[in-house]
Amino acid sequence: MTQPVMDIKDIELEFQGSRTLIDFVKQRPGRVVRALNGVSLQLNKGETLGVVGESGCGKSTLARCIVRLYEPKRGSIHFDGKDIFAAGAKADRSYNRRVQMMFQDPYSSLNPRMTTGQILSEALSVHKMRPEGEIASRVAELLDLVRLPQDAAGKLPHEFSGGQRQRIAIARALAVEPEVLIADELVSALDVSVQAQVVNLLLELQDRLNLTILFVAHDLRLVRHVSNRVAVIYLGRIVEVGDSETLFSNPSHPYSQALLSAAPSLDPDDKGSAIRLQGELPSPLNVPPGCPFHVRCRHATDFCKIEVPELRALPGRGEVACHHAEEVSENA
Amino acid sequence: MSDTQPILEVENLCTTFTRGGVALPAVRDVSFNVGKGEVLGLVGESGSGKSVTLRSILGLSRRYGDVTGSVKWMGQDIAQMPERKLRHIRGRDIAMIFQEPMTSLNPLLTVGLQLTETLKAHTDMGRAARRDRAIEMLDHVGIPAAASRLNEYPHQFSGGMRQRVMIAIALAASPKLLLADEPTTALDVTIQAQILDLILSLADELEMGVILVTHDLGVVAQTCKRAAVMYAGRVVEQGDVRQVLRAPRHPYTVGLMRSVPQDVPPRSQLYTVPGTPPSLEALPQGCAFAPRCQGRTEGCLVARPPLEAIAQGRSVACFNPVIDAQGAAA
Ligand SMILES: Nc1ncnc2c1ncn2[C@@H]1O[C@H](COP(=O)(O)OP(=O)(O)OP(=O)(O)O)[C@@H](O)[C@H]1O
Ligand SMILES: Nc1ncnc2c1ncn2[C@@H]1O[C@H](COP(=O)(O)OP(=O)(O)O)[C@@H](O)[C@H]1O
Ligand code: SF4
Ligand code: SF4
Ligand SMILES: [Mg+2]
Ligand SMILES: [Mg+2]
Repeated sequence: MTQPVMDIKDIELEFQGSRTLIDFVKQRPGRVVRALNGVSLQLNKGETLGVVGESGCGKSTLARCIVRLYEPKRGSIHFDGKDIFAAGAKADRSYNRRVQMMFQDPYSSLNPRMTTGQILSEALSVHKMRPEGEIASRVAELLDLVRLPQDAAGKLPHEFSGGQRQRIAIARALAVEPEVLIADELVSALDVSVQAQVVNLLLELQDRLNLTILFVAHDLRLVRHVSNRVAVIYLGRIVEVGDSETLFSNPSHPYSQALLSAAPSLDPDDKGSAIRLQGELPSPLNVPPGCPFHVRCRHATDFCKIEVPELRALPGRGEVACHHAEEVSENA
Repeated sequence: MSDTQPILEVENLCTTFTRGGVALPAVRDVSFNVGKGEVLGLVGESGSGKSVTLRSILGLSRRYGDVTGSVKWMGQDIAQMPERKLRHIRGRDIAMIFQEPMTSLNPLLTVGLQLTETLKAHTDMGRAARRDRAIEMLDHVGIPAAASRLNEYPHQFSGGMRQRVMIAIALAASPKLLLADEPTTALDVTIQAQILDLILSLADELEMGVILVTHDLGVVAQTCKRAAVMYAGRVVEQGDVRQVLRAPRHPYTVGLMRSVPQDVPPRSQLYTVPGTPPSLEALPQGCAFAPRCQGRTEGCLVARPPLEAIAQGRSVACFNPVIDAQGAAA
């Protein structure tokens, strides 16, 4: 069970920001956006690994590296023991089928001029999943799987509401019978009742097909529900990773604590005890030295401003990147 | 809010699209009011007509469909107002945050230009003031290093950041009514909290009315004063947020509350409302929820339950309202 299918080691990725007027005047290149700063993660076969973190912290970038839309500047990703960025590996189309990504914004990832039926048929024929004659019935099956009415096959993406389009994207990913699903905000655009259906569907398919899922979402209730393990990302770094129930009931990193406390309660009179983060917002344009969270951390000491905390195992908890994790989690 | 005139009165709003000669009634007889500084939550399944309702209020559905009913803005009917006149209200008095940020931001223009253009169109600020305001707004919605990102294009922002840019544009000209279509759906909880705080403080200080479409019942609970639940184009339940969430009366609302993954074993199958929403081309004759409803009786298949008041400020469209449903944290 604990054989990792996907082994991500220390990946780093930068985007070249465009040059501002000042950059032109000073004749310097545009600033660099450091989206991933040394991320290491293992995905175990058949598990769901939840990924949470503030918007812009690098979740989608990580997902896009896994499906080879971006190539990390440093570090490696191994799938089934093979380096996916190795010279010969990139020509290996089967990887593109076995690891499927479902995008955050289904509107821009669905071709507006193709009907749902065409979108699904295309996925089926590109990867030769079914002989021509069986494609139509498989399309019908897929629509059923994601609970879209059969007449959806003849409609164009713009004729659906946001949530319905999300289900088309899921059907397309499932069409090629992948082993690993990268779900980037897959259900974020869905209303609760459909969200529940999709989550049930994922859990069920996962059991049946032994799917491995990377589940990026910001609905913490949902992440807690579906994940076996959870990774918390902050400014392109993993700050905490561990068993989902343990992490949610006892977050150890100060950032995880703040994040979890910000989830809105269902009770209108429970205003919660949200830890409002102080200090400036994080910018991947300007990652602070030392612990990247120190500018907003209540527990920061001078040492935090200099030394980057490494991920380390905390007894009874998962792995945490905080110099003062022991004291912090005791006070929580 | 009973002592003051509502700023927005929507009455019997219907929006019908046509495809291949078939009528698609996306919004049917929707009525509600929004008072000064009041935040109304609009929830419902995807496809239930929430976005079309908002777009119809702003006169953006006419091009694609047939809109009837009345939409009164400060007492003036804007449902049939000519586009030229309506444009003065849109953006300045009533602003909208769209559900899909990438389709409503212009990919060819920098974010800074899109912000300052809005200000140019809707305020009499000078050039320098507009730039300052643009930076201030980006800062408010939590875009770090705002000044240095003015010259960037939408594709250089993450999904959540694009959404925040949209919010900054909508709020820049201090509108009196904000139509926010799932404004924080793409955002993580800390930024969400910050943006909802911003919207709430504007509602409070500038008495901005808000219609907040969201499917996060936690957001409704924490932000809204009243809530309206839509199903298949109609409002099926409406009332004070505490009452709707704690003691839902419509079977659909009850199902919605039960679907939330809270107090259930990890990785267990969640409760879901059985069946699927009806296709607009084939709406059932009676109650649109009947095929999925466990409380359905014979009458439900024949007649459409009207939205009727059951208490002060509280109405339900159901022949057999649920009596003792277990709502949120009840
Ligand atoms: N093509 C690009 N060019 C320049 N910068 C980019 C590009 N794509 C992403 N970035 C930057 O990289 C950082 C990480 O972006 P990413 O999309 O991974 O965030 P995310 O964690 O998925 O956020 P969200 O929750 O908002 O989707 C952000 O600062 C973003 O602005
Ligand atoms: N331009 C259009 N043409 C035809 N049908 C549309 C159009 N826009 C929306 N619809 C349909 O109207 C219904 C309501 O859509 P919408 O208001 O976007 O739902 P939501 O409640 O998810 O916001 C859906 O069935 C959708 O497919
Ligand atoms: S290392 Fe220091 S600054 Fe960073 S999270 Fe821990 S206590 Fe806070
Ligand atoms: S009117 Fe009848 S079918 Fe409709 S929700 Fe009420 S009980 Fe159910
Ligand atoms: Mg993202
Ligand atoms: Mg919508």
